[in-house]
Amino acid sequence: MANNNDKPAIIIAGMHKWYGDFHVLRDINIEVKKGERIVVCGPSGSGKSTMIRCINRLEEHQQGTIIVDGIELTNDIKKIDEVRREVGMCFQHFNLFPHLTILENCTLAPIWVRGIPKKEAEEIAMHFLEKVKIPDQAMKYPGQLSGGQQQRVAIARSLCMKPRTILFDEPTSALDPEMIKEVLDVMVELAEEGMTMIVVTHEMGFARKVADRVIFMDAGQIVEENTPAEFFDNPQNERTQLFLSQILH
Amino acid sequence: MTTETKKYPAGMHPVLPPPSGSVGPVRWMRDNLFSSISNTVLTLLGLYLVYIIVPPFIQWAFIDSVVVGAESRKECLAIMGEDRGACWSFVYRRWGQFVYGFYPVEERWRVNVAFILAAFTIAIVLVEKLRNDKRILIGAILLPVACFFLITGSSLFGLVSVPTNKMGGILLTLIVGLSGIFVSLPISIMLALSRISKLPIFSIFATIFIEFIRGVPLITLLFIASTLLSYFLPPGSNFDLLLRVLIMVTLFSAAYIAEVIRGGLAAIPTGQYEAADALGLSYWQSMRLIILPQALKISIPGIVGSFIGLFKDTTLVVIIGLLDPLGIGMAAISTTEWAGLSTELYVFIGLFFFIFCFSMSRYSLHLEKKLHTGH
Repeated sequence: MANNNDKPAIIIAGMHKWYGDFHVLRDINIEVKKGERIVVCGPSGSGKSTMIRCINRLEEHQQGTIIVDGIELTNDIKKIDEVRREVGMCFQHFNLFPHLTILENCTLAPIWVRGIPKKEAEEIAMHFLEKVKIPDQAMKYPGQLSGGQQQRVAIARSLCMKPRTILFDEPTSALDPEMIKEVLDVMVELAEEGMTMIVVTHEMGFARKVADRVIFMDAGQIVEENTPAEFFDNPQNERTQLFLSQILH
Repeated sequence: MTTETKKYPAGMHPVLPPPSGSVGPVRWMRDNLFSSISNTVLTLLGLYLVYIIVPPFIQWAFIDSVVVGAESRKECLAIMGEDRGACWSFVYRRWGQFVYGFYPVEERWRVNVAFILAAFTIAIVLVEKLRNDKRILIGAILLPVACFFLITGSSLFGLVSVPTNKMGGILLTLIVGLSGIFVSLPISIMLALSRISKLPIFSIFATIFIEFIRGVPLITLLFIASTLLSYFLPPGSNFDLLLRVLIMVTLFSAAYIAEVIRGGLAAIPTGQYEAADALGLSYWQSMRLIILPQALKISIPGIVGSFIGLFKDTTLVVIIGLLDPLGIGMAAISTTEWAGLSTELYVFIGLFFFIFCFSMSRYSLHLEKKLHTGH
């Protein structure tokens, strides 16, 4: 097992993607170690969301390899489902299931995908709802919750599958400023517990605080990759410098 | 008069009741019925219309009417004398035919039992508490089978078999309407899913099927069922007419409902599909647990609209010689005893269909309210 632990959680090598003729991702190479926290940033349209959506095959890549937990992503649906079981995802717009209660949102996948008995799934769900500090909302519907609460439920929903990695696709971009902090607090806590995380975000404070590495993307390419300290204080690339000057004021 | 203007510290302002006259029935009437001169005129006009239509109708249908005691229209008129009310006697006299068609009188009890079983089935399907019990739900699947054997007969249970051409009246409407409704819903879901499928075999087949069925009037399909189909079937094969009609009516409404459901599916944000995928749910799991519950909820008004249409369209079977209540009634009023009672007939048939269709639309409203989870 010790040997297994040294294996990278995610390997992306020479990955390209096109939307029709449009070359969105160009030669992406990333290796993510187990327990590593990576923040991906860049201007809008730079392909950062597309990139992390390739990791659980919400988007299909056309060239190169993506290996998640030792499983290579191909057209094989079984392999894709296997990867998706182990990789959680939180979306910009939460994407909770509006017709199910908060508790049902959290127990659905464990029951149907993992085959866990309902009662046990509910216990797990309550555990994680407590962790994101909203156990009292369990019987409500998503429509009755604030944005920040919904995003925390979405995080709990991912956690209920006990994933090895969680992908965050701009988790705070759709939130009011007041609610960003409550979501980031939960994410920081997760990071401290050693969860492998890839976070697409513009929250530079979060990046500085928890990221092991920051990846900057522009025009479908990885432009710069560095530790947060180096990245923020001593950006190498001209494009990075411009971007940082614009968002850090 | 002292005006109290207390200042409250920020965030400490108490909850006050609304000022009098801003809520309540008087306010409602002022807002909705008499808000302007034109509105007042329309309200009064509406009340006047109700006044000139409703009391005479009640007088005609209930007070001056004859139900029992007359054997023909002449006797009806004799009983009524000066007052010209409705002659319901023909409905009363022919009640058996209206309900059972030409089903053998001594076997009618089987239809009654089947009606009761069907009512149970509908109750199980519609009432959530009953539906949640697995054993009862299995009953809901077995009961219609029992109904089938009861109505058509089976030597296995010692029931005399009754040919389908003996079935008519309300029995026929319910057979065609209910089996059409219950069978077409699953077919339409499969059609809608096929139509949006990424696999061309499914989507092309579903599109051609739906467009063909929707492009042809139901009457044409019924004629195909009654005449044309026998040319395609091997000679000597006896494919029951009622069964053929059932298939056509079911496919017809399935095509329409499929399009309604497709609309509902299109309204589901892609984020729902992505969230289901990201959690590792399979295609069928995400459809069954995530997408369809939401899509069907959005489609309820349209689906029930199609059901209501289907239920009323069952009257078209009269054209190919099956006698639904309208057919029975038209036969009744063309006899010498009851000639000339078309008003009574159409009011009666109208009431019958109205009760069923109105119940369906009320249930759909109830469902919409119950399934509403957003705020």
